[in-house]
Amino acid sequence: MMTRVPAVHQTPRSQTILGGSPTEKALKRFLEGIPGVDTIGAEARAAGFNTRSLKTSSKVWGLNTIISMVDLTTLEGADTPGKVRTLAKKATMPDPLDLSAPSVAAVCVYGDMVAETRAALGEWHVSKRPDGVAVAAVATAFPSGRASLPVKIMDTEFAVSEGADEIDMVIDRGAFLAGKMGLVFDQIVQVKEACQRPDGSYAHLKVILETGELATLDNVRRASWLAILAGADFIKTSTGKVQPAATLPVTTTMLEVIRDWHGMTGEKIGMKPAGGIRASKDALRYLVAVAETVGEEWLTPDLFRFGASSLLNDVVMQRQKMTTGHYSGPDYVSVD
Amino acid sequence: MGFLDYAPAPESTSVLNLQKEYGLFIGGEFVDGHGSAFATVSPSTEEVIATVAEATEADVDKAIAAARKAYDKTWSRMSGSERGKYLFRIARILQERARELAVAETLDNGKPIRETRDVDIPLVAAWFFYYAGWADKLEYAGAGPNPKALGVAAQIIPWNFPLLMLAWKIAPALAAGNTVVLKPAETTPLTALLFAEICQQADLPAGVVNIVTGAGATGAALVAHPDINKVAFTGSTPVGRNIAQTLAGSSTKVTLELGGKGANIIFDDAAIDQAIEGVVSGIFFNQGHVCCAGSRLLVQENIHDDVVSRLQRRLSTLRLGDPLDKNTDIGAVNSKAQLARITELANSGDEEGAHRWSAACEIPARGFWFPPTVFTDVQTSHRIAREEIFGPVLSVMTFRTPDEAVAKANNTPYGLSAGIWTEKASRMLAIADKLRAGVIWANTFNKFDPASPFGGYKESGYGREGGRHGLFPYLESSDWTKGGR
Repeated sequence: MMTRVPAVHQTPRSQTILGGSPTEKALKRFLEGIPGVDTIGAEARAAGFNTRSLKTSSKVWGLNTIISMVDLTTLEGADTPGKVRTLAKKATMPDPLDLSAPSVAAVCVYGDMVAETRAALGEWHVSKRPDGVAVAAVATAFPSGRASLPVKIMDTEFAVSEGADEIDMVIDRGAFLAGKMGLVFDQIVQVKEACQRPDGSYAHLKVILETGELATLDNVRRASWLAILAGADFIKTSTGKVQPAATLPVTTTMLEVIRDWHGMTGEKIGMKPAGGIRASKDALRYLVAVAETVGEEWLTPDLFRFGASSLLNDVVMQRQKMTTGHYSGPDYVSVD
Repeated sequence: MGFLDYAPAPESTSVLNLQKEYGLFIGGEFVDGHGSAFATVSPSTEEVIATVAEATEADVDKAIAAARKAYDKTWSRMSGSERGKYLFRIARILQERARELAVAETLDNGKPIRETRDVDIPLVAAWFFYYAGWADKLEYAGAGPNPKALGVAAQIIPWNFPLLMLAWKIAPALAAGNTVVLKPAETTPLTALLFAEICQQADLPAGVVNIVTGAGATGAALVAHPDINKVAFTGSTPVGRNIAQTLAGSSTKVTLELGGKGANIIFDDAAIDQAIEGVVSGIFFNQGHVCCAGSRLLVQENIHDDVVSRLQRRLSTLRLGDPLDKNTDIGAVNSKAQLARITELANSGDEEGAHRWSAACEIPARGFWFPPTVFTDVQTSHRIAREEIFGPVLSVMTFRTPDEAVAKANNTPYGLSAGIWTEKASRMLAIADKLRAGVIWANTFNKFDPASPFGGYKESGYGREGGRHGLFPYLESSDWTKGGR
């Protein structure tokens, strides 16, 4: 059944910020009124984060924190139950040689792998223990988002019904670039509704902006505001299927929106850079950007995640180096 | 301990190989001075780094004689391409010894290693590379036909960017074919003395570069000497005025790069987070010891509160402390005297009714420190709006219209730098056209490049340094001296 959405839906957040009902026009006017981003200045700021030097205790804390923030991801056409089980086990014990290493935040899979992932996590699922691992599912015709709204909603509802704790949706970049802010907004609102479980609780909603397709930092900033107004719990840079994926200037720009939103409303929105972060050194720089932009209280898996797969092994190797004093090598971490 | 209290990450000083005592560098060799030797101390610890000779009038005389001899016998006879080779060689050695020079500069000046490593020393090398390239192309610089060197240049530099100011002075002078006697500031002689070693290492002909250390008396002897052809000075406006008086009526040419009270103007359509970064770098870079600092912030009244709160939030993330720590943003104030001046002027801000806010940071027990400070409710008549503080103190004022912004920005006897922050290019160009400042940055601040000329309007001095314009003060067209122009 195809229905056209007559008017833009209202959310408590848009009510707070825009006053009256969030018409297409009001949304557009609001987003265009946001101060711009100077790309050269934003890149210079990001380069400044890169010069921070994290040593000894700061590095150890940082590496452990990074592990606890990883959304360990597999999003391939070739994903199988076996692959997903391997990943789920790895999520609970990232370093087989050192069981004191924390577990990761979540395993991120396609919707049809949710049940398998939950089963594989077993007692390690976040519902069973506080340091457990959540299941995140990508939905809404990930990664392109080029499907009808009913399909996107069904995709989401299915993942939630299978037991997904978190939903990573994509925005309609085509609609955004065509200036249809109300359409993008409405889709997020309706996907958020689809995240509701029978008991009334909601799966956490991460909204992927696919910043590599939005191209400019001005667009990144506007899309961040739009996603938050529509009800995002987290805003996320990328699917990992488009280059460039997460970059430090893009992430910093999004963090600035999160900071300003917190300043206006006291509400904390989460941030997830995804794709392209492979080295510990890079991940540590993201921690610096988070701490110096929004504050240290964001350095928790509840508010910051890394969407990554190969990053985990590098962090584990660096962690082994810090505890044993020497480098191990790729044979001492698990392949997945 | 939170994450933002980054664990100590000190740069090692083992790369430094300093002498306990340094003499004067005259005629290619270190020689004893005849004044009373003085100590150079680390402003962050107040510990003595080395003892340095003081040059008397007689020592200055010797240095100038050595420079004259080198000019007459060697340097003026050498081809431009040969001079260029020496300059290229010096530039390469500067790069090779970059880490050592960065550590020495941080130790002696108190500025963070992050700045000496990433800004000062790379620019020093860049300046020598740039002017090395001009040495055999002087005819094309635009200084008139058949340009010739002036002779011996006396150069006096300040303590805020010790080695960089040396490069700004020595590189164009040598490229143009002059020889020099340079006096570094008495609180920061160390890197100039290391540069003397580099001149030896580069086999620069004896006497082409001479370094005399000392305080005001040494500088006065240098400026008043009858056998110099050129004086180049960077420093305070009062001293610059004295130099101009001393040299009035003589044939000695002079360039002065003096103080400033730069305005950063933020319009309400600016890219606000980047503007904040620019304002921070404009006044808190190098503890505000920057002649072109954006020490006045002119912000459009309708965004004043937002800008101030963003600024305060950002300043709270700056880290003040050990300059050798790689994570330090704000180092030590260079000297006790400078700290006293900053303190006195900041107190005048309180007394005259401005509102002071300082970032909460722990001030180390020893050394000279001043926290990043912002004054709001500043009026154009306040001392902190008019006088150069030369410290990490920002004075915030408001404006309502573009014309008012221009009027307030120009309302100063100085005219060295200004900044404009707007996303509207037409406004940016229109405002830049009306500002009376030698350097105007738009949507950025404190950007330096050897190819770009730098200098002031009004009491910020005269003459230009950098770019091909920076060669002109060291050249004269031989056709002009014969009366043809």
